[in-house]
Amino acid sequence: MSELTEYRFTEEVVSGKGGFAEKPGTGIAVQPTRPPEAGDITRLEKVFELQDISVAYAGVPAVKEVSMDIYKNEVTALIGPSGCGKSTLIRCLNRMNDLVPIAEVTGRLLYHGEDLYGPKVDPVQVRKLIGMVFQKPNPFPKSIYDNVAFGPRILGMKGDMDEIVEKALRGAALWDEAKDRLDSNAFGMSGGQQQRLCIARCIAVEPDVILMDEPCSALDPISTGKIEDLMMGLKREFSIVIVTHNMQQAARVSDRTAFLMVELEATEQNRWGRIVEYDATERIFTNPSDPRTEDYVSGKVG
Amino acid sequence: MSDFDPRTARAQVALAGARGVTAGVLSDQPRRDVARNSIFAALLFLAVIVALAGLALLIGDNLVKGWPRLNSDLLSNGTSSLPDDAGLHSAIIGTLWIMAFVILFIIPIGVGSAVFLEEYASTESRLARAVEVNVQNLAAVPSIIYGLLGLAFVARGPLSLGFTVLTASITLALLVLPIVILVAREAIRAVPPSIREGSLALGATRWQTTRRQVLPAAIPGIATGVILAISRAIGETAPLIPLGAATFVTYDPSGPMSGFTAMPLVIFNWVKQPQAEFQVLAAAGIVVLLVVLIAMNSFAIWLRNRYEQRW
Repeated sequence: MSELTEYRFTEEVVSGKGGFAEKPGTGIAVQPTRPPEAGDITRLEKVFELQDISVAYAGVPAVKEVSMDIYKNEVTALIGPSGCGKSTLIRCLNRMNDLVPIAEVTGRLLYHGEDLYGPKVDPVQVRKLIGMVFQKPNPFPKSIYDNVAFGPRILGMKGDMDEIVEKALRGAALWDEAKDRLDSNAFGMSGGQQQRLCIARCIAVEPDVILMDEPCSALDPISTGKIEDLMMGLKREFSIVIVTHNMQQAARVSDRTAFLMVELEATEQNRWGRIVEYDATERIFTNPSDPRTEDYVSGKVG
Repeated sequence: MSDFDPRTARAQVALAGARGVTAGVLSDQPRRDVARNSIFAALLFLAVIVALAGLALLIGDNLVKGWPRLNSDLLSNGTSSLPDDAGLHSAIIGTLWIMAFVILFIIPIGVGSAVFLEEYASTESRLARAVEVNVQNLAAVPSIIYGLLGLAFVARGPLSLGFTVLTASITLALLVLPIVILVAREAIRAVPPSIREGSLALGATRWQTTRRQVLPAAIPGIATGVILAISRAIGETAPLIPLGAATFVTYDPSGPMSGFTAMPLVIFNWVKQPQAEFQVLAAAGIVVLLVVLIAMNSFAIWLRNRYEQRW
């Protein structure tokens, strides 16, 4: 294991980090983000610290200068219109962007105080600790059991595999539906069940963080409700970051919400995402400090 | 229009007219379109018939000509200069030996190349693109060229293996490798990227992802490609001619370093003989070869339909 496992459990006081200066030429005033809930923030442990994170594909910017802290055992939601770079941003957090050769991530991204993009960091080790659930359920073309057991097997996890699988399926609220058909192909399950299987597969390797990239966008409301209930329970053990284009979902499940918006270059050649506001979810939805956030969450735009 | 009453006679007539126009529009396909459709369909059907008729004619003709010799003796008799004693036994054994080694060569090399090109090589890299173009070109190289290559580099030259089963296997493997690589690449490409992402996101390495997710999902497609390649290799005569068609093997090949003969070679030899009995024998041999090839190709198609993963 790399140095990533040596967490640093320090209590840090937020220094009110800004990083959102007005960009010349864009004509859009970017307000500094207020540190969330100054009262309890000192007691929260930071999982991620994003410092001026920008992502570009083949030199074309997709997300610019995002700075935010993500806290342990919370659900952090990234919301915003299509093309605002939510998915690009979340894929930085477990270095999935490394798989896209033309993607370039700049800025500093600390994970428990360690630089996630440091020269010695192995992206494979990163992904063992930071799991991901994707937009479209992507079970492996194998049995339900093997889907869950795949991660623990390749990671060489010790212990009784049957127990590991059962625990993961229970954790994903899928055990009762799956226990009698563990040997049948995962493709025979409904979309919602497949997505919960993907969550089970993810928690089976006992990660520290679960990233969810629009996990419910391909699901019906009932399946969505089940997964939302699941997330409320999962955050006791894991830290969760969720990308969603569904504002109500963010309001229902998250503790903190970041609102990103598309910013257009003056020449209208390029467009990229930029964070507008990051705060406690309640505040974002009831009393946002930026009028653009208010317009978006109240449904006036987007 | 609020005083429009659909029960009045006038309204009835108007509605009937409207329905008539709708029915007319729905059913009235211009006659020219109908004719064109039929002609085109007939031409396409004709194309299919011509393609199938060629094969049917070949099988039928040889079946009729070779019928007197289509019996178990054909399969159990060895090589002989007397048409009555001659059979395919040594040739079948030879073909089996050669194919065993062809399979041994093409599976690791073909699948390895396909995995490299699909999973590891960057699409930007010049090397990968050069390899890709070359593989496609190699698939189009005449098979006799491979025979000469085998003669110069395998039978003689650097490897100097002589006119043996192994020489024939290496030559035929080189000939069919492009087919295996092309089909295996298709099969690997058909595995959706989301499967790779799902595996990598769990902390699997690229090799673990390839070995435990991509390859198992691609196996039916790869197996199909390998079988098609083998059936091509079984029927190939030209590349074997420079490698020992001249040698008259009267014994059953017994291993990689043994001298060899193969089914198409023996048939080729029989056709060349002046005696009419040998022509009958050749026809019977062609039927056997065709049956083997059709059976193998059918198996490949069945395998693909039965086991191919649908995403």
